[in-house]
Amino acid sequence: MPLLREISTLLAKDFRLEWRQRAALGGLLLYVGSTVFVCFLSFSLRGGTPPPPAWNALLWVILLFAAINAVAKGFMQESPGQRLYYYTLVRPQAVILAKIIYNVLLLTAVALLGLFLYTVFLGNPIQDLPLFVTNLLLGALGFATTLTLVSGIAAKAGGNGATLMAILGFPLMVPMLLLLIKVSKNALDGLDRGVSQQSLLTLLALNMIVGATSYVLFPFLWRG
Amino acid sequence: MTTSAIIGSVSGVAMTVAGVWGGQRLVEQRGGGTLWKGLAVLLIVGASVAGFLTPVPALPIVNESIRNLFFHVPMWFAMIMVLLVSVWYSIRYLREPSARLDVLAHESAKTGIVLGLLGLATGSLWARFTWGAWWTPDPRLNGAAVAMLIYGAYLVLRGSFQDEQQRARVSAIYNIFAFAAAIPLLFVLPRLSGPSLHPGQTGNPGFNQYDLDNTMRKVFYPAVIGWILFAFWVAQVSSRYVFLKLKHDEQ
Repeated sequence: MPLLREISTLLAKDFRLEWRQRAALGGLLLYVGSTVFVCFLSFSLRGGTPPPPAWNALLWVILLFAAINAVAKGFMQESPGQRLYYYTLVRPQAVILAKIIYNVLLLTAVALLGLFLYTVFLGNPIQDLPLFVTNLLLGALGFATTLTLVSGIAAKAGGNGATLMAILGFPLMVPMLLLLIKVSKNALDGLDRGVSQQSLLTLLALNMIVGATSYVLFPFLWRG
Repeated sequence: MTTSAIIGSVSGVAMTVAGVWGGQRLVEQRGGGTLWKGLAVLLIVGASVAGFLTPVPALPIVNESIRNLFFHVPMWFAMIMVLLVSVWYSIRYLREPSARLDVLAHESAKTGIVLGLLGLATGSLWARFTWGAWWTPDPRLNGAAVAMLIYGAYLVLRGSFQDEQQRARVSAIYNIFAFAAAIPLLFVLPRLSGPSLHPGQTGNPGFNQYDLDNTMRKVFYPAVIGWILFAFWVAQVSSRYVFLKLKHDEQ
């Protein structure tokens, strides 16, 4: 399977680049750490942990912005010349799949780390941890698939890519976020899992739609 | 799923496909068209007059405000149709790029935005007098706001390119991606999120087939057809204007 080999080569390239320029990765981790710490400081003024709804809202806001920052640099750090070079070597489907897989792994790591720091500093009101973590992973998957193509689009526009990415990405992520926040509220309150089942399935279906559309559309974006 | 539900959804899909196909014919039509434009005027004016005069069933909470059905709902239907036409133009653009298809996709999307804003305005006005608030955090309303944000982002994206071909291609991609990722959910999410005040959902008496007696249908369906034709008409006029401008710039 040449496609699989292309994907694995591109993935290895992305990891190697990330490791060489550790500033970006460090910046991301610092971003998550410092936002959690700011939340901790502001809630400690009123003695301890925030109420569960605020806990939930803040966690998703932190993860959303971390995801935008993490994915934004994916396509933007590549120069047009570099893109042209990849274009001669691999097929575009391999590029988008490798990028999506890379972003899924990156965002999963960021989400789990964020949750860990968050529970350490702000307490752990989660009553159904397995459901919460499943939902968190689905969220990382959804953010990564949606934002990867959006970052490709924003990179094409040049200029202030990160702002454009937020403008293009937020409305697309709102439906996803509504589902994610609802399920994580259910997990926080320890509700019966049957209540969340339909939302989880919809999230999964949404991820598949977004992934398939990215796969089909990316070659057209790449051609320019 | 009962047989009638299956027949209903199949015919709904068939009518949508026919609407998109016919809509393209109408948007691209040059010259003539007095018949369907006259029909659009007749249907909208007729349905608006009849909408205020026809007797409606007295339902709790909505009362006379149920007449908004003849204005608010057809606007959303027309918005969805003209946005579908826009997405179809974007798909056609990616298959064989031309400035013409890009203009048609852009102008159809802009028409959809105008109709969406009209739908929001009539809905908000209705909510003020029925629910007592201009805006509520209802799933339906959130969905409508998201749709408007997406198309606002589409316009911002178009504005951020210098090169015309680049702009056409990338905005076509975003148009398709946004439609595929978000619009279907706007129909699914309200059904998933449980209680909602919006008519047709769980809260208020709805305009569904049990309440919609035949006098209301006689006004509602012509209004839907009239508004959809009107949307195609607006898209036609605005795209013709852009074509003329392009031609003028060339000379």
